[in-house]
Amino acid sequence: MSRSLLQTLGFILLGVVAMIVVAPILLVVGTIVARGISAINWEFISSMPRGGMREGGILPAIVGTLLLTLGTALVAVPIGVGGAIYLSEYARDTRLTRAIRLAIVNLAGIPSIVYGLFGLGMFVLFLRFGTSILAGSLTLAIMTLPVIISTAEEALRAVPQDFRTVSASLGGSRWQAVQHIVLPQALPGIITGVILGLLRAAGETAPILFTVAAFYLPRLPSSPLDQTMALPYHLYVITTQVPGMPLSVQYGTAFVLLALVLSLNIVATVIRSHFRRRRQW
Amino acid sequence: MVGESTRLRGNMLTRSSNRQGPGRIPLEGAAAKVRIQGVSYWYSGKASLEGVTMEVPDKAVTVVFGPAGGGKTTLLRLINRLNDMVDDTHMTGRILLDGEDIYAPATDVSRLRRRVGMVFALPLALPGTVRDNVLYGPRMAGERDTSRLSDIVERSLQQAALWAEVRDRLDTPALSLSGGQQQRLCIARSLALEPEVLLLDEPTSGLDPISTAKVEESLFELRDRYAVVIVPHSVQQAARVADYAAFFLSGELVERGSGPQVFTSPRDRRTEDYVTGRFG
Repeated sequence: MSRSLLQTLGFILLGVVAMIVVAPILLVVGTIVARGISAINWEFISSMPRGGMREGGILPAIVGTLLLTLGTALVAVPIGVGGAIYLSEYARDTRLTRAIRLAIVNLAGIPSIVYGLFGLGMFVLFLRFGTSILAGSLTLAIMTLPVIISTAEEALRAVPQDFRTVSASLGGSRWQAVQHIVLPQALPGIITGVILGLLRAAGETAPILFTVAAFYLPRLPSSPLDQTMALPYHLYVITTQVPGMPLSVQYGTAFVLLALVLSLNIVATVIRSHFRRRRQW
Repeated sequence: MVGESTRLRGNMLTRSSNRQGPGRIPLEGAAAKVRIQGVSYWYSGKASLEGVTMEVPDKAVTVVFGPAGGGKTTLLRLINRLNDMVDDTHMTGRILLDGEDIYAPATDVSRLRRRVGMVFALPLALPGTVRDNVLYGPRMAGERDTSRLSDIVERSLQQAALWAEVRDRLDTPALSLSGGQQQRLCIARSLALEPEVLLLDEPTSGLDPISTAKVEESLFELRDRYAVVIVPHSVQQAARVADYAAFFLSGELVERGSGPQVFTSPRDRRTEDYVTGRFG
C-alpha cells in the first residue's frame, strides 16, 4: 500500500473515531432539546408542582439545585483554593504532603454514592443536621474538593517561578507574592476548575439522595436546615417513581438541568479564553 | 586577541580619564560593605562554592567573572539569601553585611533583600504597568504615600537611564517595552528600594549592543552610590566596568584585585589564560 493511501485511510479512521465521540453528545442534547422544549414556558420554571408533579412547574427543584450549588461553593471554594495555595506555595515535599496528595487523588476516585452514605452518617446523623440543605451542601462540597484543589494547584504551579523569585528579591514575603502576583495570574485557571467542580455537584444525584433531597415538597426552603427538592433527584423521581408522568415534563426537566449546567460551562469557557488573551506569559 | 584586549584597555582608560575610573581605590584601603568569609555551598551534595573569602567594597563596581558553572550566580544569590528558596542545599561559612551575619536567625530576610537589590539575567517584568513594576518593592514594604511613591518612580527611572523614554508610558504594560528597556526597568525596580548593595547577574546577556551600552551607562551612574556586584556577560564587559574583579573557576575564587590589575597583569596563570581568551 502506498504511503499516501495509508495516510488517507489514517485520516478517515481518526475522523470516524472523532465522530463517535461527538455523536452521543449531539444525540443526547438533540433529543432532550427536541422533546423537552415544548414543556418549557414561564409557568414550568416559575411555579410549584401540582397534581402529583404531573402538572405545574419545577420551581422548588430549580431553586433547590441553585441553593445546593451555592452552598457547595461557599464551603468548597475557600477550603479548596486555600489548600491548593498551601500545597503549591508553602508545602515542601514531605511525607505529610505526599499523604495529602494521595488522599486528594483517592477522594476524586470515590463513587458518588459513597459520598452520599458518608454524608448521611456524618452530617445528617452524627452532627444532627438532619436531612437538610446544610448536610447536602457539605456532602457535595467534600465530593467537589479534590477537583477544585487539583485544578487550582495546577493553575498556581503554571505561574512562572521567576515571578516569585523577583517578588522575593524585592523584599516581598511569600504571601505577598501569592496575593499580588501568583493568585491574580492563576485566577482564570482556578475559576475554571471551580466551575467545573460545581457543575459536577449541581448534576449529582447520589450524594443528595440521603442528605437533602425531598421526593415532593411544593414550597421553597426557608432555612439551611430545610429539605429541598433538587433537579437531578426530581428527574429520577418523575422518570421512575411516578406512574403516568407526561413525557414532555420529564424531558422538560432534563432540559432545564442541562441548560443550567451548560450555561455554567459556557461561562467557564468564556472566562478562560478572556483571561488567556490577557495573560502575559 | 592581543589587539582586542589592547582596544579594551583603551576604552577603559578613556572612561577613567573623564571620571573616577576603574580601580580608583586600592583594594586594601576600600571600606568593605559585604564580607564573605570561608563560604562553601552545596546543591544536593554537589559543591558549587568552595571556601570563598572576599570583600565587596562600598561605592564601587565589583566584577565577579569566570566560565559558566563557576558559582558566580550562586554567590550573588547567597548575598541576598535568595537561595533560601532552593531545597536540599547546605552552606558553611559566613556572609556579613556591615559586619552583621545575614544568616543569623534574627535576620529579617525581607529587610535584607530590600537592602540588597538584585537584577537577573533576563528582564523579568512583573505583570502590570511600568509604574507597578517600579513600585512593587516600596508597596510591599508598606509605602502608601502617593506623592512619595511618584517621587520614587521618577528618581528610580532616572537613575536607571530610562525616565526620558517612559515618562509618558508609566501606565502601559511593562511588557510593551523593548527588551533593553525592560532590563533597565528591572534595575529601576531594584533602585526604588534604595538598596545599599546591588547585585547584577549578567544583566545584559539578552540585550543588543545599544541596549547593553545604555545599561552599562546606568551602572556608571550607580557606582558612586552603591556597592555594585556584577556578573558580566563577557570578559570585555568585565574589563569595561570593573573597579575590582574576582575570577571564579569551578567554585573556587582564583584571584581578586583591582580591575586594571586583574585584567592587565593577572597574578594567576588561569586568570591570565581566561582573560586573554585562551579558554572560556
